[in-house]
Amino acid sequence: MQRSIPVAATALGLALVLSACGGSTTPEPTTEPTATETSAAPEGEASNSLTIWVDETRINDFDDVIATFEKERSVKVEVVQKASGDIRTEFVQQVPTGEGPDVIIGAHDWMGEFVTNGVVAPVELGDKAASFSTTSVQAFAYNGTNYGVPYAVESIALVRNNAIAADTPATFDELIAQGQQAETKYPVLLQVSAEGDAYHMYPLQISFGAPVFTQAADGSYTNELAMGGENGARFADYLKKLGADKVLDSNIGGDQAKEAFLAGESPYIVTGPWYATAFTDADMDISVLEIPSAGGEPAQPFVGVQGAYISSQSKNPLLANEFVVNYLSTEAAADTIYNSGGRIPALQASADKIKDEVTRSFSEVAAKGVPMPSIPEMGAVWEFWGQTQVSIINGTSADAPAAWEAMVKNIEGKL
Amino acid sequence: MDNGRARNFKAGFIAKLFLMALLNAFGLYGLFSAWAVSSWGVFTGLAVGLIAANWAYFSRRAIPAKYLYPGLIFLFVYQLFSMAYTGYVAFTNYGDGHNSTKSDAISAILSYNEVRLDGSPAFPVAVLEDGDKNLAFGIVRDGQPQVGTSDNPLASVDATVENDRITAVPGYTVLNFNQVVQRQQEVTELRVPLSDDAKDGSLRTQDASSAFVYSPILEYDASADTMTNKETGVVYTPNDRGNFVSDQGEKLTPGWRVLVGFENFTSMFTDKAVSGPFFQIAVWTFAFAFLSVATTFALGLALALIFNDPRVRGRKFYRAMLILPYAFPGFLSALVWKGMLNERFGFINDVLLGGASIPWLSDPWLAKFSVLAVNLWLGFPYMFLICTGTLQSIPGDVLEAAKMDGANPWRVLRSVILPLLMISTAPLLIASFAFNFNNFSLIYMLTGGGPNFAGSPLLVGSTDILISMVYSVAFESGVKQYGLASAVSILIFIAVGLISWIGFRRTRSLEEL
Repeated sequence: MQRSIPVAATALGLALVLSACGGSTTPEPTTEPTATETSAAPEGEASNSLTIWVDETRINDFDDVIATFEKERSVKVEVVQKASGDIRTEFVQQVPTGEGPDVIIGAHDWMGEFVTNGVVAPVELGDKAASFSTTSVQAFAYNGTNYGVPYAVESIALVRNNAIAADTPATFDELIAQGQQAETKYPVLLQVSAEGDAYHMYPLQISFGAPVFTQAADGSYTNELAMGGENGARFADYLKKLGADKVLDSNIGGDQAKEAFLAGESPYIVTGPWYATAFTDADMDISVLEIPSAGGEPAQPFVGVQGAYISSQSKNPLLANEFVVNYLSTEAAADTIYNSGGRIPALQASADKIKDEVTRSFSEVAAKGVPMPSIPEMGAVWEFWGQTQVSIINGTSADAPAAWEAMVKNIEGKL
Repeated sequence: MDNGRARNFKAGFIAKLFLMALLNAFGLYGLFSAWAVSSWGVFTGLAVGLIAANWAYFSRRAIPAKYLYPGLIFLFVYQLFSMAYTGYVAFTNYGDGHNSTKSDAISAILSYNEVRLDGSPAFPVAVLEDGDKNLAFGIVRDGQPQVGTSDNPLASVDATVENDRITAVPGYTVLNFNQVVQRQQEVTELRVPLSDDAKDGSLRTQDASSAFVYSPILEYDASADTMTNKETGVVYTPNDRGNFVSDQGEKLTPGWRVLVGFENFTSMFTDKAVSGPFFQIAVWTFAFAFLSVATTFALGLALALIFNDPRVRGRKFYRAMLILPYAFPGFLSALVWKGMLNERFGFINDVLLGGASIPWLSDPWLAKFSVLAVNLWLGFPYMFLICTGTLQSIPGDVLEAAKMDGANPWRVLRSVILPLLMISTAPLLIASFAFNFNNFSLIYMLTGGGPNFAGSPLLVGSTDILISMVYSVAFESGVKQYGLASAVSILIFIAVGLISWIGFRRTRSLEEL
């Protein structure tokens, strides 16, 4: 039962060899650098079809818009639904074999892995970049090059149960005090879970002035880690305090937090639109607000951006660009995607048209957030980050600033 | 020889002929496809398989081969091939950043380092074709319609222009969208120089409607096999690790796959970050596998002895109930147990222990205990089953004789039952040890290897066993390292094989009773 590795390796091996049988990993004298052979597809047969990979969490967004695109451009689009857990790995593995899709729909933080492996093609947004929200365009930029077109943004925010609390104070400490006075089971719900949740903790962390990586002038991230130092230590101490006061608890994961909020056990929850629909469906009276600052600076949440990438080995680069760059950037397409999926459009004109109060508020909070880093270095950060936070919250690491500093060193060692 | 098969057209022979024709048809199709994409490995494999099939089923002397052939094919495809491939990957640096061939890497590096010139405008572009089917771009620059090809820079021409886009040029055909799509790869690869000076950059388009001026930062010199940065003059040469590297050690990504020899096999021991926790984890792996077998066997045997006694009533019902845990998929049970052992909301703490907060999964020793306890729950029905079977096969007269000789029940168990039992169960215990040595799903689903070693530069923890440690090192540490994963899984395979081999040799002595 050596499940994972040999199975993964052999499945992969089979896929690789049966499809392309590269075999030639020895550095061959490369005669043509842009080795996109024309022999495979005989001329005249280059079919007007496009293959798009999308996972189950995003497929609803795209059903309608793809149907319209097919009709308008008389192009055949084959949509392949992949499991969200595998789609990204499979893409990285299959593009080199020529078996990958032309376009893949996914989150912007997949970009680092894709670029490291050379499986996505740069995308030229041209003047269209201006019509998207700034954060969403920054999210797909790396080293001054764009690798994808955004279509939706999302971020977490503070959700208030208006039946328990009517107004919200300006700082996180005051919010906790208010929640404690409300005498509900929890003053505020902020999910941690056993593996840690650096994503949900980030607004608090950045309010102490300890962003994960430093941002360059154009908003893109550098690979310089910025969460250490004095500000990081102050945040670590704050985490420890919240853990000791039982405000944060590693036993509370996403599900537990959602259930507790639904049961009216807390006036506040820090969460995203994915749970907010459950609250509105249950007819709760909620408000979506900015997260109050804990350390003095604004508590900006990470913004996750959904978008479309083009495979670097696409046999239909022109059609792929037509769909991704020219079509998804139109207002009509963005409206359709919003209507079928309900995610906040990245296209400003469409986002401005949202009527739903909750979605609108989420969109406003997201506009003030920072893009989640998508640089390749981010892959080495998440796990350590979450685990260290858990050990501080649990009190396993008695000296919080030291544990934090050790984590920063470990991550730097990886980079 | 009149009754030779070839002259005896019975239904069976016709059916065989039909099936073989089908097989050969598919085989030939596969051969042509493999030829078309230059997959020589597949081509050779298919050819050999096909020839063997025809020989096996048409030769009269190949009776055994007729039966062996399908099995052998499956053995090759599913076992030997995947083993060989794992072995091959173990000697490469295959993983994130080294994902494909060198030519793929070169084209990716070049495309990632071709930038749009600052402030260059978007030109509405027309894709043109001359009489010889050569592609050209036509744009309107500074109010002048201009046409150029990859060899001839943009030059002014007489052309009809509508809305800043060329609609007709003498000597060229303006391609419509569908025609462009037919030649889309050529179109997106076409670079039309702006002028004779390469510094001015070149025109390219990604969608055949707007073109931009690009200038490459890096240039690849095929004869010298080097990349040169045109702005700084830095030269990048390929190293033996599958990367272009400058003199300063700056790497260009992506790289490509190369053979790295035994490096993957030794890195677990030489990499300081890994070798530290490695020893601790190796000890726990042996302890976990041994204790899992010991506890499950002890409980299974005890229950089997009890329910084998005719004085126990309702034995059938109890036996059926005991098999229940065995019927659930192991990884699902592990997930359920993970929920039940949650410190605050878990069933065990919340209901059974009246709201106690015992850190079942977050304390290093308790987590180890929990893993063993859950594995006991999962594993004892199997041991119960085999012990029951063996006990029932022990002849009654042997036990009778022992009793007549005045042996007490303890003595009967120790001197008669256990030795007889061990003959048939010992090999199963060894198999069980090998299974638990690699019981990835239990560890991964229950604790994920946690609680993690504090301050460790790797994400490994007190309940990690070797296989889950490899998973963490090779897949969860930010970059995927298939080469390393393959190498270490081979090492683990060798370790398990060795232990089993020694174990089986030892058990042979049991049979000399």
